[in-house]
Amino acid sequence: MSAPLLEVEDLSVAFPGEGGHVRVVDRVDLSIAAGETLALVGESGCGKSMTALAIMRLVPRPGRIEAGSHIRFDGRELRSLSVPQMRAVRGGQIGMIFQEPMTSLNPVTMVGEQVMEAIGLHASLAQTQARERVLELFALVGIPDPKQRFSAYPHQLSGGLKQRVMIAMAMAAKPRLLIADEPTTALDATIRAQILELLRNLSASTGTALLLITHDFGVVNEVADRVAVMYAGRIVEEGTRRELLSRPRHPYAQGLLRSIPRPEARGQRLEEIKGAVPRPGHWPAGCRFHPRCPSAFAPCPTLEPERTAVSPTQGAWCHLVAEESQR
Amino acid sequence: MHWTSNAVVLLLVIGGAWVARVVARNRFWRENAVQLWRRRPVTIVVIAVFVLVGLLDSVAWVGGGAADSFSATRPRTIIDRVFQPETFKEASYSAPMAGVSFYGGQPLKHPGAHLLGTDILGRDVVYRALKGVRVALLIGGLTSLVVIPIALLFGVTAGYYGRRIDDAVFFVMTVLASVPSLLLLIALVMVLGKGTLQVCIALGVTGWVHFCRIARGETMKLREADFVAAARALGVSEGRIIVRHILPNIAHLIIITFALSFTALVLSETILSYLGIGLEGSWGQMIDQARNELSRTPIVWWNLAGASVLLFALVLAVNMLADAMRDVIDPRTRREGQ
Repeated sequence: MSAPLLEVEDLSVAFPGEGGHVRVVDRVDLSIAAGETLALVGESGCGKSMTALAIMRLVPRPGRIEAGSHIRFDGRELRSLSVPQMRAVRGGQIGMIFQEPMTSLNPVTMVGEQVMEAIGLHASLAQTQARERVLELFALVGIPDPKQRFSAYPHQLSGGLKQRVMIAMAMAAKPRLLIADEPTTALDATIRAQILELLRNLSASTGTALLLITHDFGVVNEVADRVAVMYAGRIVEEGTRRELLSRPRHPYAQGLLRSIPRPEARGQRLEEIKGAVPRPGHWPAGCRFHPRCPSAFAPCPTLEPERTAVSPTQGAWCHLVAEESQR
Repeated sequence: MHWTSNAVVLLLVIGGAWVARVVARNRFWRENAVQLWRRRPVTIVVIAVFVLVGLLDSVAWVGGGAADSFSATRPRTIIDRVFQPETFKEASYSAPMAGVSFYGGQPLKHPGAHLLGTDILGRDVVYRALKGVRVALLIGGLTSLVVIPIALLFGVTAGYYGRRIDDAVFFVMTVLASVPSLLLLIALVMVLGKGTLQVCIALGVTGWVHFCRIARGETMKLREADFVAAARALGVSEGRIIVRHILPNIAHLIIITFALSFTALVLSETILSYLGIGLEGSWGQMIDQARNELSRTPIVWWNLAGASVLLFALVLAVNMLADAMRDVIDPRTRREGQ
């Protein structure tokens, strides 16, 4: 495998809180190869979105990326870039789309102009050329009637169309990586499938790598090549889609997978993971999942688990998996 | 002095023509202008008349008129030349369109010609009220033009960047807001002296805090908006975010505030006149002088009426225009299919 496009190493993000700094993202490692789709999965509040913002160096104040974190994109360390250099990376090299298409567009500007602005930031095109490019992009992301939609205001578009506009904006400068933060959460089920298909097709046709943040294993199944599962600021398991969907090893990943409704399990009670993600700063010692873990045993409350390789591509941070693999 | 006034008129006319050209060429603004005209034709005509009178009263030159009179050496405006106030006057009060004087019943020099009568010195009320238009426009317009950029600059930067800048701006605002504004106004006028510009500055110093606070609050809200986060993720610079994403979203506030402060300023000038620090020839002064006439029997009402009807018309027209402009400019309130 060639050098990954994005390599995140030991990424920690901390916010000042009760009694000093509280980490919301804790020593996260991720890597994405060019053209690959990585799904980052986890419940709300486990640090997925903060990881994405940290990659863009957009952690909101007063949060900070801690020293010792590395974010390498295409061989360059993003943390050492100057502000203007970083601005060129945002949008230009790494595009990002957000969860809420309803509020992610400027309500008083025509959507076409907003996409035009995105184009103008990273390329110098004449007005007419930029306009042409907007129409191209609109067609690319499947917006019907691009010419008419150009001068529409956000409130005149449906949620699905708005998300398509957001995708067009993110893709405007032909980024090499697209970060999609829960892109389908706010959409109807039917639109969700369309948007996911669009993302998959875009990634395939343009060779753009995709970091997809989601809490929904259904979404993972649709688009991901590889999956990383996050819990309480840590990665707990990683592997290919096939590995994680068919043989998840970490009890948390197994629990997430079991909590998807399945047609064959009709009539049975849907399983859930008991409890909720602990708040940052209140993370338990040892394995952070142990208070909710059905198979927790002696070392779990005291010892932080190390990565156990299950296969060349799959690994889990779990004492149980470590013990099983030693046997 | 009258040449600066003439130059300002020239600049305003050129500026107005330039704005009209820009509006006519840009599809977005042209559509908005057409919408505005469709919604409030009467209001726009009323404001246009006010502006026209104000402009006509600003163009002045020396010469013409009776050679021997005092006024022959002084610059006179177009309005002056139309009304000829040196000769178009009576000895004292005359009721509207009366044929004889109000006290005594002597025949008038211009029977039936004073549409709104004359004041105690026999000056035509219509003429005096029209002279007040320019003063009112100056007070409202000039002060608003000073206040809004300052308030926007401080309010938006404080709201957007927060922290130290916000602390500093907020401190200044709190201090200014805690001084009784009338006291501050009087103090400033005493320090700066009486005069149009001085009074406008004094009104501006006391008036910017309110809008600054609104701009700051709204900016703080917008700073956290998803579309601002999205713009940042696209690599938009901070300055550009302010200009392209924050300001357009508070444009409706700017317009409303312009109208409200314009009208509030015109009205507050009457209070200044009441306190004796108002502007020469303003409606406030007319109303202040009319105060005493209300106690006469039979009552002398036309002085008060002349000033306050024009005052009311201007304030109402500006408010209505601002309301319509807000509706037209803000796409969120625009009705579909129009």
